[in-house]
Amino acid sequence: MTLIATPQSMHFEQPLALASGASVRAYDLSYETYGQLNAQRNNAVLICHALNASHHVAGVYLDAQGQLLPRSQGWWDNMIGPGKPLDTDRFFVIGVNNLGSCFGSTGPMHRHPETGQIYGADFPVLTVEDWVHAQARLLDRLGIEQLAAVMGGSLGGMQALSWTLQYPERVRHAVVVASAPNLTAENIAFNEVARRAIVTDPDFHGGHFYRHGVLPKRGLRIARMIGHITYLSDDVMNEKFGRELRAVAGQLTAGRPYQFTTQDIEFEIESYLRHQGDKFAEYFDANTYLLITRALDYFDPARAHGGDLARAFAAARAQFLLVSFSTDWRFSPKRSRELVKALLDNQRDVSYAEIDAPHGHDAFLLDDPRYTAVVRSYFDRVSL
Amino acid sequence: MNQASASADLQTLAALVPTGSRVLDLGCGTGELLSYLMRERGCSGYGVELDDANVQACVARGVNVIQLNLEEGLALFADSSFDVVLQIDTLQHLRNAEVMLRETARVGRTAIVAFPNFAHWPNRLAVLRGRMPVTKVLPYQWYDTPNIRVGTLRDFRALAQRNQLRILDEFGLQEGRPVRWWPNARASRAVFKLQRGS
Repeated sequence: MTLIATPQSMHFEQPLALASGASVRAYDLSYETYGQLNAQRNNAVLICHALNASHHVAGVYLDAQGQLLPRSQGWWDNMIGPGKPLDTDRFFVIGVNNLGSCFGSTGPMHRHPETGQIYGADFPVLTVEDWVHAQARLLDRLGIEQLAAVMGGSLGGMQALSWTLQYPERVRHAVVVASAPNLTAENIAFNEVARRAIVTDPDFHGGHFYRHGVLPKRGLRIARMIGHITYLSDDVMNEKFGRELRAVAGQLTAGRPYQFTTQDIEFEIESYLRHQGDKFAEYFDANTYLLITRALDYFDPARAHGGDLARAFAAARAQFLLVSFSTDWRFSPKRSRELVKALLDNQRDVSYAEIDAPHGHDAFLLDDPRYTAVVRSYFDRVSL
Repeated sequence: MNQASASADLQTLAALVPTGSRVLDLGCGTGELLSYLMRERGCSGYGVELDDANVQACVARGVNVIQLNLEEGLALFADSSFDVVLQIDTLQHLRNAEVMLRETARVGRTAIVAFPNFAHWPNRLAVLRGRMPVTKVLPYQWYDTPNIRVGTLRDFRALAQRNQLRILDEFGLQEGRPVRWWPNARASRAVFKLQRGS
């Protein structure tokens, strides 16, 4: 049965105080729900998204004529839906677009309710904790006191972790995939290169490019290209592209293997990265990219406890499933094991699966039978 | 091992674990023993397992499981963080068996170790006949066995002493029954209960 998704929006009049001391005035959150909230209201599962995803987690959209919109599957549709590992026949699943994002919720391309100006670079800096507070308000309005589970991958996993610390009584289970207790210096470095690519694009105009009728697409493309490299593994890139040359008609004559060009595409990997960059620059907002990567950099629940992650997780009451992937070097198994250790030190219920998958960080969005089976088995045990 | 004696073995081993203990089960397989301890003896804790299918089976049973290669040690677990650490039919697969024995005693206040006893008389007989034994407890041919450490009750006693481990109890297991008289010859499996400090 095809799951049809319907985006919804919730308006919040009360300002949201942020970690920075600033606040967001009135705002909207885009969200979708799948399945039915049961009578006891205890079967809700919140899905938190990573950098470039949205509230459209599962299902497909219909067009104005009621026809299935091609390629409109939600970003975690392989994981979530009727009969899927997170089964929407049993659970009421909520996808929410975070504040500052560019897929419907209030963000930098929206207008400040008082000044009427587009926020642009003036949109307040956000943290994972701010997002969680905003999500909690959405749940309040949906009449959900306690989540059966909160689930996310990568940056979404950080939000799931943060839920168990900020609202320990409101979460029974946390499913945290390919995540980390904080970013390493190398990870922050990658984010910074991406941000510099955007900020130094002449079309960025200090983040107020909307006024100039331009978009800093060059910067966004490069940011995406860098990001994409880090989401894959060396092996999978070699397997997919290797040293394959992009076929150009009439070019490959004997004895002349290359085009001998420094600026045109020569290798398939270049073509792929440029394509990914172009696609991304068409739909993603530059200020959102800066905000979200900064939220990633800032996340560090141990910091308030002198760097002691175990002390940070003393507050958690949830049961945990953690999953990592062996070839993920951006959010490596080592980082997930730090989380496992912190939970073990607090005698929390935790299971940890380390999936030997070749796909790097991207594996958390792909179908691996070992991964999906563990998630399915875990949710089967979540009592309602 | 048939079903009945396997489940009798499980109950015998479970009886060594005090009620309400915090347990770490190293090489917990599908989580059967831990699940039994949780259900029947009010225990809590974690299994450690390497195999993907076993990890999934543990999760499906509702047993906490940590996917980890024991050859990498037990750095995740703090000193004396468990009442009981189990190593049931795990030792014989470990390259670092001695290190793991020390680690087991570090992490647990008590350790329970069970493994196939190579000195069981049918094994001795097979070797006397000039062949490596293939039995219910040691069902593999010599050239494809995962049991890279084969030892006897007496061998293990010596290893425990070498590592300043105090033996609280030792016996054999045969067809689901404890063997306390001449277990080194009469039992296919060896069981030890240990503590740090000789």
